[in-house]
Amino acid sequence: MASEPRLTHLQALEAESIHILRETAAEMERPVMLYSMGKDSGVLLHLVKKAFFPGKIPFPLLHVDTTWKFRDMYAMRDAAAAEHELIVYRNPDAEARGINPFEHGSELHTQLWKTEGLRKALTEYGFDAAIGGARRDEEKSRAKERIFSVRSAHQRWDPKNQRPELWSLYNTRKRAGESFRVFPLSNWTELDVWQYIEAENIPIIPLYLSAERKVVRRSGAWIMLDDARMQLEPGEEPVMKRVRFRTLGCYPLSGAVESEAASVADIIREILDSRASERQGRLIDSDTPSSMEKKKQEGYF
Amino acid sequence: MAEAKTLLRLVACGSVDDGKSTLIGRLLYDLGTIPDDTLAALEADSRTHGTRGGELDFALLVDGLMAEREQGITIDVAYRYFATEKRKFIVADGPGHTQYTRNMATAASNADVAILLIDARKGVLTQTRRHAFIASLMGVDQVILAITKMDLIGYDKAAYDGIVADFIEVAGALDIPRLAAIPVSGVSGDNIATHGASTPWYDGPTLIELLESAEPREAHRADQPLRMAVQSVVRPNLDFRGFAGRLSAGSVKPGDAIRILPSARTAKVARIVTADGDLPEAIAGQSVTLTLDHEVDCSRGDIIVAADAPSEIADQFQASIIWMSDSPLFPGRRYTMKIGAAQANATITEIRHGFDIDTFQHTPVKQLEPNGIGVCNVSLDRDIPFDAFEQNRETGGFILIDQDTNETAGAGLIHFALRRSQNVHWQALEIDRNAHAAIKNQKPAILWFTGLSGAGKSTLANLVEKRLHSLGRHTVLLDGDNVRHGLNRDLGFTPADRVENIRRVAEVAKLMADAGLIVLVAFISPFRAERELARSLAREGEFFEVFVDVPLAVAEGRDVKGLYKKARAGQLKNFTGIDSPYEAPLSPEIRIDAAATSAADAAEAIVAAISAKIVR
Repeated sequence: MASEPRLTHLQALEAESIHILRETAAEMERPVMLYSMGKDSGVLLHLVKKAFFPGKIPFPLLHVDTTWKFRDMYAMRDAAAAEHELIVYRNPDAEARGINPFEHGSELHTQLWKTEGLRKALTEYGFDAAIGGARRDEEKSRAKERIFSVRSAHQRWDPKNQRPELWSLYNTRKRAGESFRVFPLSNWTELDVWQYIEAENIPIIPLYLSAERKVVRRSGAWIMLDDARMQLEPGEEPVMKRVRFRTLGCYPLSGAVESEAASVADIIREILDSRASERQGRLIDSDTPSSMEKKKQEGYF
Repeated sequence: MAEAKTLLRLVACGSVDDGKSTLIGRLLYDLGTIPDDTLAALEADSRTHGTRGGELDFALLVDGLMAEREQGITIDVAYRYFATEKRKFIVADGPGHTQYTRNMATAASNADVAILLIDARKGVLTQTRRHAFIASLMGVDQVILAITKMDLIGYDKAAYDGIVADFIEVAGALDIPRLAAIPVSGVSGDNIATHGASTPWYDGPTLIELLESAEPREAHRADQPLRMAVQSVVRPNLDFRGFAGRLSAGSVKPGDAIRILPSARTAKVARIVTADGDLPEAIAGQSVTLTLDHEVDCSRGDIIVAADAPSEIADQFQASIIWMSDSPLFPGRRYTMKIGAAQANATITEIRHGFDIDTFQHTPVKQLEPNGIGVCNVSLDRDIPFDAFEQNRETGGFILIDQDTNETAGAGLIHFALRRSQNVHWQALEIDRNAHAAIKNQKPAILWFTGLSGAGKSTLANLVEKRLHSLGRHTVLLDGDNVRHGLNRDLGFTPADRVENIRRVAEVAKLMADAGLIVLVAFISPFRAERELARSLAREGEFFEVFVDVPLAVAEGRDVKGLYKKARAGQLKNFTGIDSPYEAPLSPEIRIDAAATSAADAAEAIVAAISAKIVR
C-alpha cells in the first residue's frame, strides 16, 4: 500500500503560497498587494503575515476603490489600514465624471474604476508586481494563468506569450515598464479558501453569512440596498430576504443568493452540496461572451 | 485542520482528438464539481461550439480561451481541480499537438502521476511514445494508461489487451516502474467513477480508485536528507536573524547539524520559527524560518543541507535540456540559469547528443531546435550546489533564461558534475593585467565595431588605429575577414557558427586587453547576445560598442565586395541583412551615422570619445 504524505492539502497549499510570496518580495523591486477586503484577500493577507513573520510585511496594500463598495467592506478596509500601510486609489477620471453603475452600466463602470484605476495606480506608484488573490478555479480563462504573469508596459496580458513555469522556478526578469501580476492562491479552490478561513479563524465580512437583508430582484440575482444611492428601476419592490454573498464587489453589481448559512461551517456544507458557481453573482462576467478573458487582456485582475 | 485530505498532482497527456478534455470534463462532472449554472452554460455552449451534435460536450468544460474554442484545440497548459473524500487533485492538462514537448514538460514538472490517454481505435501512436518519453524524462514514475473511446470499438477486450501489450513494450524501453492500465469512455463514463456495465471483463479499480491509491512523491521526500533553499534572510531586529525557505527534501529538528552550501560552513539549528509558534520538527514541503546557534554567512541562493549528507558543488555538469524558445539553442551563447533561489550565468559548452523522441535513439546535433531535447555539457561562472535530478527535482532542475528577450528558453535536468570545483584553482599570475598596461602607460580598452557588411567598419577601425598609434598607444586590430582565415577557419556562416565565431573573438579580445592593449574588433557580430557576452568578459568601463549605423540600402548600394549581389542571387546563404537578421545595438557607447559622416570625421569622433578613458 502506498504511503501517505504527512501534510494535509491545506498545509501544502499554505506552504506553496508562502514560497511564492517570499519569491515575490525577494525578486521584485516594488511589489504591492491588491487588497479588496473579500475572503480571498483575507486569506492572502493572512498568508502574507505568515510568510514574513517575525518581520513586517515588506510591501504596502493597495485598494483600488470605486466608491460603490458595501459599507461593511469599507469598515474592513479601515481596520486593515490601522494595522498595515494601505493605499487607497480612485481613478480621478472616473471620479470627475461621476461614473456609477446605474447611469453608465456595469461594463463602463468596471472599465473606468477598476481596470483603468488599477492600471493608473500601478503606473503612478511605479509598482512592478501586483499580488492578487485570483484563483484558477474561478473561471475557465483563468485556468491557464501563470503564477507569475508578465504584463506589457501597457499592463496588457498576452495569453499566447506567457512563460512556462516548471517546478517552483519563476522567471521574474522583465524589461523597463513591464510588470508582473502574482497569484499566490492559483492552486486554491473556493472550498479550500473556506476551509482555511475556518481552520485559521480568519476574519471575514459579515455579508458572506446569511442574514435578513433588504434586496430587490434584478437580472436573476438579489441586489442589496446598501445605501441611499441605490436607484430602483420601475416595478422593483424591495423585500427582506435571508441572503448571503459568495463574492463581494460594488454593491449594485453583486448578487446575493438565498441561503441559511450563518457560519463558516455552514458555508462549507453549502458549497459541498452547492449547485451554483461562485462568479455567478458577479454581473460583470456575463456582459459579453468570454468577457473575463477580454477584461484580463485589458489589464483587469 | 478541517478535513484532512492529501494532495496529488497529475499530468494528463494525450494526442489531439483522443478525448483528453472529454475525460477531464467527465471527471469533474462525475465528482459533482460542476455547478448548475455552469451546466446550463455548457448546454448552451454545446449547441454553438460542441462537436457532439448538441449533446453535452464535456470537453467544453475545460477548453478555456476564446482562440482555442474557435479552433477546437487546447493551446496551453491548464490547471483543473477536483476532490474526493480522501484527496484533492490538481490536474495539469498538457495539450497534445504543437509545442507538445514544451507544454508536456511544464505540465509534468510537478506531477506525481501521469494519466496517458490512448484512443482505442488508434492504439499506441508516435504521440503516445513521445508523451511516455517526456513523462519518464521528467521523473514521473507512475503512469496510468487510460484506453479511451472504448465505446467506439464495442468494448473489445482483445483490442484493449493488444494496446496494453504494445505499451508495456514502450514502457520497458523507458523507466516507468509503476504502470496501471484501464479501459474507459469519457462519453459514457465507464470505469471513471463507477465500474461500467459494458466492460464486465475488467475487474480492476476505477480511475478514481487508481488516483486515490497512487503515491504522492511527497510521501517519501521527507525520508531523504535535508534540503532547503534560502529564499531570504529575515532580520526584523538586531536580536533575530533567520533563514526563510521551503524544505524540498528531508526533515529538520532543533539541534540538528546543518551545512550551508556553497560555503560549506556548519552550524546547528536553534529554532524552527513560524507564525503559529516554534515547531519541534519541519518536513519536506513546509515553509519555515530557521535560526542557527551561531552567526554564519548565509544569504539568498544558498542552500541549507544535512551536515552529514550535503549536496554536491560544481560549476560544470552534464544535463538533459528541453528547449522551449522559438530560436535554437547554440553552444557558446550565455543564458541566465535559475536553480532554487540561486542564479548563475550558464553556457552550453557542448551538445553531446540529441534525442529522437519517436524512437528514443540518440542523434548527433549541432544545435537544439525549438521543442528539441538534448544531453549537454553546461558550464557556469560560479559554483552552485545541486543534486542529481533523479534524486531531487527542486535541487536538480533548472531553467535557462534568454538574456536578451527574458523568455524562459529552456529547462534542464542535472545528471552529474563533470569535475569537482574544489580541484580547480586559477593560476595566480604575478605579472597581472595592471602591470601589463602600466608599462605601456595606458589603460586597456576594447572597441567593438558592429554593423552590416559594407557599413565601413574595417575602414573606420583602421583609421582609428592609425590615429591611436600616432598618439603613442599600443593597439591591435582584429578584423572579421582576417580572423576567419586563421583562428576561425573551421567555422561557416550558420547561426550556430556565427555565435561560436564571436565567442572566440570575444575571448581573444579579453586576453589582449589583459595584456594591456587597446583592442579594436571589426566584426558584423549581428546578434545582441554575443555582443553582450563580449561586454561581460571585459572589465567594467573598458568596453565600447561602436555601432556603425548605415541603412541596408546604402550598404547594399556600395557592395564593395559584391557580396550583396551574390546573396540576392541566392548564391550566398545566411547573409546578414538579407536572409539572416542583424540585431542593432540598443544603447551603444558610440553611434556613427555612417551614411552622413565621412570616415575621417567619424574616426576623429571615436578617438575623442575614448581618449580620456585610455589615459592612466
